[in-house]
Order: sequence, then structure tokens, then C-alpha cells
Amino acid sequence: MFHPITLAHYFVVGAVLFTCGVLCMVLKRNALGVLMGVELVLNGANLNWIALSNPALRSDPAWAVGLDGQLMALFVIVLAAGEAAVALAIALNYYRLYLSVDVDQANQLKG
Amino acid sequence: MPEIDVSKTIPMLLIWAWLLPLGAFGVLLFFAPWLDRRGRAAGWLATGAVAGSFLLSLLALGFWVAKGPTGAEPAGHSGQTAGVSSQTRAPSENPTRPITDHTVHQPDGRLESIAERASHQSGLARPGPIVGRLFSWARFGRYEISLTYYIDTLTVLMCMMVSLVALCIHIYSLGYMAEELHEVSDPLVQAAGGGPLRRPGRFGRFFQYLSLFVFSMLGLVLAGHLVMIFMFWELVGLCSYFLIGFYRERPSAQAAAMKAFVVNRVGDMGFLVGLMALGGLVGTWSLGDMPDSLGQPVAGVFTQLHELLVGQSAAAEGSLPSGLGMPSGGGFSRTLWILAAVGIFCGCVGKSAQFPLHVWLPDAMEGPTPVSALIHAATMVAAGVYLVGRFYPAFPPEVLLVIAVVGTITLLIGATIALVATDIKRVLAYSTISQLGYMMLGLGVGGWAAGLLHLVTHAFFKALLFLCSGSVIHAVGTNEMPQMGALRRKMPWTAWTMLVGCLAIAGAGLPGLVGLSGFYSKEAILAQVYLFCREQPAVGGWLFAAALAGAGLTAFYMFRLWYMTFAGPPKDEHIFHHAHESPPVMVGPLVVLAGLAIVAGWRVPGTSLSLQQLLDRDRPVLLAAENAARYLPGVGQPGDRTSAESGTSAEYGKMQPLAGSPVWPVVIPEEHRSHDPGVAGPVGWMAFAAALAGFLLATAIYGMRKLAPERIVQAAPAVYTFLKNKWYFDQLYEAAFVRPVLRLADGTVDVDRQVLDRTADGMARGLIRLARMEDWLDRRWVDALFNRSAEAAYRLGLGLRRLQTGELRQYVLWAVLGAVAIFVLVSLGW
Repeated sequence: MFHPITLAHYFVVGAVLFTCGVLCMVLKRNALGVLMGVELVLNGANLNWIALSNPALRSDPAWAVGLDGQLMALFVIVLAAGEAAVALAIALNYYRLYLSVDVDQANQLKG
Repeated sequence: MPEIDVSKTIPMLLIWAWLLPLGAFGVLLFFAPWLDRRGRAAGWLATGAVAGSFLLSLLALGFWVAKGPTGAEPAGHSGQTAGVSSQTRAPSENPTRPITDHTVHQPDGRLESIAERASHQSGLARPGPIVGRLFSWARFGRYEISLTYYIDTLTVLMCMMVSLVALCIHIYSLGYMAEELHEVSDPLVQAAGGGPLRRPGRFGRFFQYLSLFVFSMLGLVLAGHLVMIFMFWELVGLCSYFLIGFYRERPSAQAAAMKAFVVNRVGDMGFLVGLMALGGLVGTWSLGDMPDSLGQPVAGVFTQLHELLVGQSAAAEGSLPSGLGMPSGGGFSRTLWILAAVGIFCGCVGKSAQFPLHVWLPDAMEGPTPVSALIHAATMVAAGVYLVGRFYPAFPPEVLLVIAVVGTITLLIGATIALVATDIKRVLAYSTISQLGYMMLGLGVGGWAAGLLHLVTHAFFKALLFLCSGSVIHAVGTNEMPQMGALRRKMPWTAWTMLVGCLAIAGAGLPGLVGLSGFYSKEAILAQVYLFCREQPAVGGWLFAAALAGAGLTAFYMFRLWYMTFAGPPKDEHIFHHAHESPPVMVGPLVVLAGLAIVAGWRVPGTSLSLQQLLDRDRPVLLAAENAARYLPGVGQPGDRTSAESGTSAEYGKMQPLAGSPVWPVVIPEEHRSHDPGVAGPVGWMAFAAALAGFLLATAIYGMRKLAPERIVQAAPAVYTFLKNKWYFDQLYEAAFVRPVLRLADGTVDVDRQVLDRTADGMARGLIRLARMEDWLDRRWVDALFNRSAEAAYRLGLGLRRLQTGELRQYVLWAVLGAVAIFVLVSLGW
């Protein structure tokens, strides 16, 4: 009854996370919600890296990424931290100026 | 006493004499108006320069005379010939003389021996010319144009004569031109607002032109290169143009200056052709054997021609075929030789106002009288005679005959027109033409020394006569002799000095005893013509008769002038009342020139030295005659043996059958034979009789009023009208040259307007139309293309602008949709 968890399961979960993140970015008008969506997208991608670097899962050497995958995941986490810091600072300053975090109102970059 | 090298001293003296007036000209060119405000400073400056020239020239003459006939180069140009031909034997033959190379390459060496003989046999001890080079101007191929000097007796005498006459005339001008010191009102010119024209005086300018003239004239006589002679020749012509047109506000002065200039160009054209022909014939224009830049002597015209004739004679001796006037022997072309000589004589015809180019000289009297005296009587018009004398040895006898005939025609034309002219200066101008004709006649019949002696003496007495007439004009304010009369009571100095001038030009003197200067020179010419007449009665008879008649006419018109001006009752009381003697500054030169007019023909007391003797000593021998006598001894006529033995006979004509001349044989008699008592005696008496007849007739008509001139006119009205109209030369030239030229000019103007201008206009119009079309194309198509593409880019930008909404979420959506699209495309295998 139990099927062993394969690489495809990880990919599916990663894709669901990614899709949720994208939808969150597109649909949320709150800047913080958009930031959350960004985190979801990054972590969805991270999951793929982790899965691909697992030795138990790499029966197919064509998909072998090894420790490089884990390293990339660490990079992404660090990047996400940095990005969150900068993005929150922008959000705070934006709020200070406009007393709002609605990204639809922040359209001064319109061409 | 230290030894003086005259061959260095004399050129140095003469070159300084030559450059002094140039310095005065240079100063006056810039400072004349400034000096005019300081009195006569400009005049004194120019006079001082000319005085310096005169002193230096006199010193040079002294050195030259002291040098004597056995100078540094005793053998004359024949000696130089020998020197050069010995040089030709050297293997390092200089390339400038390829024509004479045949003398080297002749296999039998016969020509060399002939050239050697030339050096031994050229017996006459003539002082050679002093030659030298100042600098080389240009060199092209074998031709070279250089600034050189060629100093012989003729040069030294001419320098002395020119500077002496110029000095007298400069001093005279200080008085004559004094009115130019202030503002001048010219009654002959109508000012724009009516009344006489008032203009600033041009005292300094006058002396500036005079200085330039003296420089040019001295350069002309010093020059040793025919191209250089030509340059100074043009320079004196230019000065003449300036000075004839000195009163440039007068239309008549403008016209006269232009006429003189244009007529002279006609002659100079011939001169140029002659120079080219000479260059083609001998490959050089240098007169003497000049040292080249390395100091090696290079043969000049005379030497080259001599060698060519040697080759020619030898060819004839060896009975080589020699065609009629065609190149024969070693490239010698008789036609080219004659062309060169005739061309050079053409220049002389223009400059010396010979028939048929004499028409400019009477009109040139529009200039101030000192100018007429200096340029149009004494020096510049004598330059043509000088050039004939300078080039004399190189003239072929046929051309000499042409010169003699032209001179005779000229002397008759001048003398006859002078009979009826009433303008005092024009009488003198025609007299000048006539006397220049005498000089040409003398040179043409072989009287080298006679013609040039007449040049010098004529310069003195004609300058005197002109200055006297200037003094009269200054006193009475008119040129018309019928308004004068009795002036000797008012102006005795002028009257008596002018009488001296009249006597001198009429050739007054007692044959065999003593006479004025003109007596010696005219008698020498007549004697030579007589000699020629004995050799060639067919032509010579006419020449001698004309010359004798001319002598009579000369005496007549000169005394007619004197009587009408100074004797008889005053014709116009008003003019007579206002007449006055000229100031001492003007009378002084008259007295000096009168003295010269008397003594110029005399010997220096206690010696045998005289102008005639100096000229005789340096008389050149015709190259043609020299070669005929020396290299063709067998062809002379038996009757001329004696002259052939005397060293250099002139039986050139006997060469005729061999050389194939197109004209009949011409015999140019040797000049020293004219000093024979058998020739000089009768000729002297004939000339005396002719002059006396002229004098008596003038006295009878104008002095004693025995015969009324009007009745003589009535007796032959046609002759009078003919002479009064100056032989209709002006009318003839007007009809033959001036009008056709003007008509041609009108025609060319029409062609210009109708054809050339229209063509140009049409082309311009077409071009405008073409430009309009192009403009349309440019706007309609090229501009449109660029505008449209720019507009399209603009529109595209406007459209794309809408994509950038500034909506963050939209951007994310687009990014995701793009990523998905790429993914789909990639996975579909695209």
C-alpha cells in the first residue's frame, strides 16, 4: 500500500509551494503578503535542490547533484534573509510616506 | 705707384654708377611726398645720385683711356675665339655649346687649324671687353640667363654720355619743375566743377621716375646679356610711359603714353622673336665670352657665330652642298641668322622711332620738356642705335642694308615733316627722328664709329635744343612758334645757346679745318655713305642723295625754328611782354651743353685723343666680312685686292654665290677707308654746301623775309598738306590698324554677348531647373523616408509605454506567464 517516496513527490511538493508563492505575490495587495509569497517561491525552489542532493534518492546518476545541491539551498536561505531585510526596510519606509503598504498604490514607476 | 687692375676697377666704378640712381629711386619711392614738403630735397637727392654716377663714369672713362689699345685682352673677340676653341679641344667639353661641337669632331682637324689661324691673324689691336658675371638668374638646358656686364669703349662712352646729359637735365629740372612744388592748377584740364583742375604737385615723383630711368639706361648699356638688355629695354620704356603721361590728368598725355607703349610693343615683339631665333642659332644670349660659375669661359654670341661661320666657310671651301638659305655645314642656318638680326633690329626700330614705327615719338612730347630732352632725344631713343652698334659684328650684310634703307627713309620722313611743323617741340621731335635715321644709316653702311659718334654728339646738342625750347616754353607759356618771335631780346642766353645747338645739328664747320661736334659726326656718316655709294651705286646712290638732302633740310628747319622763335618782330605782344630769361639753374645746363655741343668732336689738346679716335680704336669687324676675307681669299674681286690686303676687308658679298643669299651681293665697305682724303674731302664740301644752302634758304625766308612762306605753300599746296599731315601715317595706321582692331573688339564684344554670355546664361538656367528638381526629390522622397521611419519609431515607443504600468503584481504576473511560456515552448521541443 505504501509506495516509497520518490524524487517526483518532492518535485510535486516544491511545485505546489512555488505556485502558492506566485499566487500569493500576484493576488495579495499587501506588501507583506507579497514578501511572504516570495519566501514561498524561494523555499519551493529550495526543496528541489535538497531533494536532488539526497543520496538515497539518486538512484539515477543523471540526476545526481550531491552536496552542491545542499550548498545552493544554503545560499538561497541566506539570500532570502538578505532580501527580506531589504524588502521590509522598503515596506517600512513606504508605510512612513504613504501610511499604507498597498502595492497597487505604489505605481510611481509607471512609464 | 701701385698697379691698378683696371679690369676690376672699371666694372666696380660703373656698377656703383649704375646703382646710385637706383638708391635715389628707392628713397624717393617711399619718401617723395614727405620730401616735397621740404623744398627741393627730392630733386637734390636725385641730382646728387646722378652727379655721383657721372663722376664714377668719368673716372671709368679715364681708366679705360689710360688702359690703351694693348689692354689685358689685346686681340678682341677673335682672341677670345682662339681661347675658347683651344678649350674645346679638352675632353671636358662644356655642354652649353653643342652646335660648335663639329669643330671638335671633324676627323681631319682642318677646322681647328683654321681657328688657330684666327688667333694669329686677327691683327687689329683692339682692347677686349671687360666681362663678368654678377649672378646667374636662371638656367634651363643649355640656356642661361644671367646678370652680366660687358664693358668696352661703347659702354664706357655711353655711361659717360648718359650720366652727363642726365646730370645737366636733372639740374635744369630743379628749375623747370619748380611749379610742381606747390599745388598746380592745370589749365588744360577741366575740373569736375568747372575751371582748371587743381592737383597736388608731383616734384618728388618726377625725380623718382628720372632716377629709375637713369638706372635702367645705365643698366641697358652695361648689360652683357641680351635678355638682360631686353629687361632694361622694357624698363626704360616703362619710365618713358610714366613720364610721357606725367600730366596724367590730360587726356592727350594719356593717349600719347599709351601710343608710345603700344607702338614700342610692336617692335619688342620682333625683338623677342629675334632673341628666340638667336637662342636657337647659337644657344646663348651672352654677348661676350662670360666665365661660368666655375670661372671657365663660355663662348658668347659673337664667338659662337664666328665659329659657325668658320664652319660655314670651310664647308663652302670643301664644296659641301649648301642649300639656298637652308641649314648647311654644321647646323648653321642662314635663315635663322637673318631672322635673329632682323628681329633685333625690329626692337631698335620701335625704340629708336624708325620708320614705320616712328609715330609715337612726336606724341611723346606731351611729357615735360626735360623728359623730352633726356628720354626722347638724348638717351632712350638712342638705345635702339646703341643696340645696333652693340650687336653690329653679328649682323649679316643683307640686314645691314635693310638698316641703312630704313634709316634713310626715316631721316627723310622726319626732316620733311619738321619743315612744316609749328609746335617747337614737335619740330625737335621730328628732327630727332631724322637724326636717329642718320645714325641707323651710318651703322647700316658700315660706319660703326660714325653712327655712334653721331649718337653721342646728337645727345649733347639735341638735349641742348630741347632744354632751350623748354626755357622758351617756360617763358612764353606756349609751344606754337607762330606766336613767338624776337625773343632773343628778352632771353639772350637761351637764344645764343640755342643758336649753338642749331649750328651743331646743321653740321656747321669748315671742311678740313674745324667745326662743331655735329660737323664731325655727320661728315663721318656721309663719307661712309659715299664710300658705300661707290661700291654699290645702285642702292648707295639713293642713300647718299637722301642723306645729303637730309643735311640740307636739317639746316633749313633748324634755322627756320630759330628765326621764328628768336628773330623778327614779336608776333604776340602780350606773350612777348611777359617773356623773361630763365633762372640760372636752368641757364647753367644750357651753357654746359652748348660747350659740349661745340667741343665734343674735337681732339683733346696736345694729344690725338678724341671721341672719334676712341670709337675707331674699338671698331668691331663684321663677323661675316672677317670670315669672307680670311677663309675665302680666292673669291674677292680683283679690284678689291688692296682692301683685302689691309687686314680685314669687307668683301663679304663675294661670298654670295657660295652661301646662296636670296638678295643681291651686299658689300659693306670697311670704315677706315672713309677717312681717306679722297673720300672725306669732297664729301665734306658737299655736306657743307648742302647745309649752307639750307641755312641760306631759311635766312632768306624767315630771317630776311625775302620770300613769303605763304607763297611757297600756294605754289605746291598738295605737298604742304601732305607734310602738314605728317605723311598721313597717323591716318594710315588709324585706318589700317586702330579701326580694324576697334571693330574687331566690337565684334568680339558682340560674340561675347550673343554667344558666350547666352551660353553661360542658358547653362545657369538649366542648372537652376535641375536644382529645383533635386530639391523636390529631396523633400518628397528622401526627407519623407526619414520622417516616416522616425514617426514609426515614435509611435512604437508610445505603444510600448503602456506596458509599463507601475503595477508590481502585474509585473510578477507577466514574469510568471513569460517563464511558463518559455517552459512550454522548450518542453514542446521548439
